[in-house]
Amino acid sequence: MSDNKKNKKEWPLFEVFVRSKNGLEHRHFGSLHAADAEMALENARDVYTRRNEGVSIWVVEAKNIKASNPDENGEMFEPASDKVYRHPTFYDLPDEVKHM
Amino acid sequence: MSEKEVKNLEEIFEAKIARDEKIEPKDWMPEKYRKTHIRQMSQHAHSEIVGMLPEGNWITRAPSLRRKVALLAKVQDEAGHGLYLYSATETLGISRDEMFEQLHSGKAKYSSIFNYPTITWADIGAIGWLVDGAAIINQVPLCNTSFGPYARAMVRVCKEESFHQRQGYEIMLTLCNGTEEQKQMAQDALNRWWWPSLMMLGPTDDASTHTEQSMKWKLKRKTNDELRQQFIDQTVPQADILGITVPDEDLKWNEETGHYDFGKIDWDEFWQVVKGHGPCNKERMQTRVNAWENGQWVRDAAMAHADKQADKKVKQAV
Repeated sequence: MSDNKKNKKEWPLFEVFVRSKNGLEHRHFGSLHAADAEMALENARDVYTRRNEGVSIWVVEAKNIKASNPDENGEMFEPASDKVYRHPTFYDLPDEVKHM
Repeated sequence: MSEKEVKNLEEIFEAKIARDEKIEPKDWMPEKYRKTHIRQMSQHAHSEIVGMLPEGNWITRAPSLRRKVALLAKVQDEAGHGLYLYSATETLGISRDEMFEQLHSGKAKYSSIFNYPTITWADIGAIGWLVDGAAIINQVPLCNTSFGPYARAMVRVCKEESFHQRQGYEIMLTLCNGTEEQKQMAQDALNRWWWPSLMMLGPTDDASTHTEQSMKWKLKRKTNDELRQQFIDQTVPQADILGITVPDEDLKWNEETGHYDFGKIDWDEFWQVVKGHGPCNKERMQTRVNAWENGQWVRDAAMAHADKQADKKVKQAV
């Protein structure tokens, strides 16, 4: 088996997103291998929605996703942590002011 | 990275797990954590895939359409569970093909219980009841394990698994309420599957090499012996309802401990099967390897078709 394994092409990896019901967003459910997007969609139905878990499926080839790197979470997310003025509780208002 | 820096990262990592924070694939993790997870998760995936074989043996011979659709659905679920777990394992940087190769070459293990034969229809009942029962006990704590993709896959698996056990128990119940011969068949299946099911929960704590580290990483939340006791305590009353006898002369309720005491497990048999000398080890692997090799042309054809379609699109665009 392993002799000619090198020149065999592994089916690409697809990430699967499922909308459980209308009104909800598509959520990441997992991934699978398929020869193309068409097949990925069919396989996603069989692998991830055997019990009516979804009304809509997205598949996207994993290599097309650009992800942030957790090692750089500092530079990436810290700028948001010292901006308390983005939250309503930052502003001092007298108790008499209602509906705000 | 210097040794000191790694040590520092390890401390941050361990503290994260201690706080019940999850580890995600791209987070820094000790090499040993990665390797241990690849080993355990791929072994788990392989067990789901090989686990289809003993039951697949009875799909064409199921005694009614009701039993047949249920068994088909169960075996299909197991394929699905294998697929969830393989893709979760791939997030750790091993390819699907590498995992298959490890299984087919014997480097990777799978649950040794699937190396026992399914010789009567009652075995399908016993597998659902006992083997899936033991699997659930093993798997429920894993829904909380520290590695995110594994925990999420296990939540899906556990949700689906309870139908498996109930369909197995229903088969046993029907046999036990049937003719004397059918009841005997159920008893015979229990006799053969009881001890392997107890072994399925793993070596005793003092012989289990991975337990301590695995508990720390929350890959394990209870020890093998604790899980085994839990399995026995909940299964014996179920056998009583069926009216069949657990094949253990030493089995008796212990008022003091609030648990069943049970007899000695034949660990020699367990290790023999793990090492490849069980009744069906060779047959199972041969079937897997054949399925993989004989399916090669299908995978190649699908890939060739996909490439052709992609080419067509490019040409049309030009």
